[in-house]
Amino acid sequence: MTERDQELNLRRRLSGLSRLPLLRGARVEGEAERLEKQLERLKADTSDEAIWRSVELARHPDRPYTMDYVERFVDDWVELHGDRGRADDGALVTGLGSLDGRTIVLIGHQKGRDVKERLDRQFGMAYPEGYVKAMRVMEIAERFSFPVISLVDTPGAYPGVAAEQHGQGGAIARSQAEMARLTVPTVACIIGEGGSGGAVAIAVSDRVLMQENAIYSVITPEGCAAILWRDAGEAKKAAAAFKPDALHCLELGVIDGVVPEPPGGAQTDHGEAARLLRSALVEALEELEDTPGEELRRRRRAKFRGMGVYA
Amino acid sequence: MSEARIDVQVEHRNAPPADQSKHPNTCPKCGSHFRDDELAAALWVCGHCGHHFPMQARARIDWYTDPGSFVEEAAEVRSEDPLDFFDLRPYAERLAEAELNTGLGEAAVIGQATMDGHPVELSVMDFTFMGGSMGSAVGEKFSRACDSAIERGAPLVAVTSSGGARMQEGILSLMQLPKTVCAVEDLHDAHIPMFIVMAHPTTAGVLASFASLGDVTIAEPGALIAFTGPRVVQQTTREKLPEDFGLAEQNLRFGHLDAIVPRREQREHLVRLLRLFA
Repeated sequence: MTERDQELNLRRRLSGLSRLPLLRGARVEGEAERLEKQLERLKADTSDEAIWRSVELARHPDRPYTMDYVERFVDDWVELHGDRGRADDGALVTGLGSLDGRTIVLIGHQKGRDVKERLDRQFGMAYPEGYVKAMRVMEIAERFSFPVISLVDTPGAYPGVAAEQHGQGGAIARSQAEMARLTVPTVACIIGEGGSGGAVAIAVSDRVLMQENAIYSVITPEGCAAILWRDAGEAKKAAAAFKPDALHCLELGVIDGVVPEPPGGAQTDHGEAARLLRSALVEALEELEDTPGEELRRRRRAKFRGMGVYA
Repeated sequence: MSEARIDVQVEHRNAPPADQSKHPNTCPKCGSHFRDDELAAALWVCGHCGHHFPMQARARIDWYTDPGSFVEEAAEVRSEDPLDFFDLRPYAERLAEAELNTGLGEAAVIGQATMDGHPVELSVMDFTFMGGSMGSAVGEKFSRACDSAIERGAPLVAVTSSGGARMQEGILSLMQLPKTVCAVEDLHDAHIPMFIVMAHPTTAGVLASFASLGDVTIAEPGALIAFTGPRVVQQTTREKLPEDFGLAEQNLRFGHLDAIVPRREQREHLVRLLRLFA
């Protein structure tokens, strides 16, 4: 019996019991209470486990990265290197290409597949130079009315001395500001780890999507656990508390849609994962393409300005 | 490597624990001790070494603005607990305690006032309320300050003091980055100037959003201004940190600030800017 079946079964028994008002003896009430508790535990367990499974799959070493998708669905790919000031950041890839017949600008974090590439690409953690490069290609997109596609997959922006000296916080802020100014359609998808400021820096988009097993969060589970539980080993508990999975993000209005993955996760079948992602991106672009640029920008700002829950 | 990394911090717990044996009125830099009224008269600046003690939002507003001119806005906005967040203690309990201890409804106070006769909009953060962390309520208050500035055509003076995004609100706290950035973009479009005063500490999510978008940006001496704080950088990268890592002085040297202005001179500095932008 699957967890879902178990839950349905418990619910049925519970609603049956509550429909027996005349038999409200102590035993029945006790039974109802027991079932209620069991149901709550089951629900909690299911979702906590599911959340942690997402965390593991989002970081799976075989999960497709930005360049795996570019190879599979972007035609005429031309990578653009360098921020024209200081460096070329390998953790953030930018370029021009064609998606379903239209020219697009693509920005994406890139982790490495082997040890050497991982080091070269700083495990997908960009320096300010990466975000400056992203802003540079966004300007090209704006000038020539190309839509901007962002693929987000980073544990976070790089936390180092040089990154701080080169203005990490300011670069992340200005990259978001640039995205808030664009009058071209913008679509972002979290394809693995959506780690904090380093992720949202390229995800202030008209449509923000998340793959089924991706995570999007203000801090890594380990970081949250180290601060709030004072023990990085409590990462699982922390993840369950701040709920970085796609369904919770959708529920909170942070993302606009969830992109399905092949059964078992994107790492099982890169081709199928790419096919599913491509069709979600094309669909989102088609929805946006008839809207005038000023209106796109107005709606985009209104969407982000509406985020949050307060009294 | 990435496992141990802490990107956005809250409540400044990343900093080395404060020396509990020291009285809050004892200067952590030179050890001089002051009475409450002495510190208040000196704007919470050490008379011996110039160390800037934290200054609470209401005291700062009193100091910046013309007497009786401040009218608070959005005072009723409060945080909610959308995730039913529970770490070692429930978030709802932490909020209630912070309100009780600080007398503030949230970690930011906004409102309109005049400074030397010039109309301004103010948004002032208070580190004593949960480390000045930015959750939905702080994001909303700052955004409303932008709108109010636009509506009245008054420049916005924003004072930042924050450990970053408020983790207890999960992804919604991260969304306060783009939210406040979008509010600033609306301000820019309306040609309303924004002056930022960075107080200690201005870190993580607040530095990576509205705090970095000022038309003019000044900082208090010795303020920590960093996306990732020194302890986390040290832990994750094992790099040797420069002496003044992340401090206002280093940020000025690397071109991230327009000036470092001691507290005593900030009012005059801001008034001069208000005159120039009038």
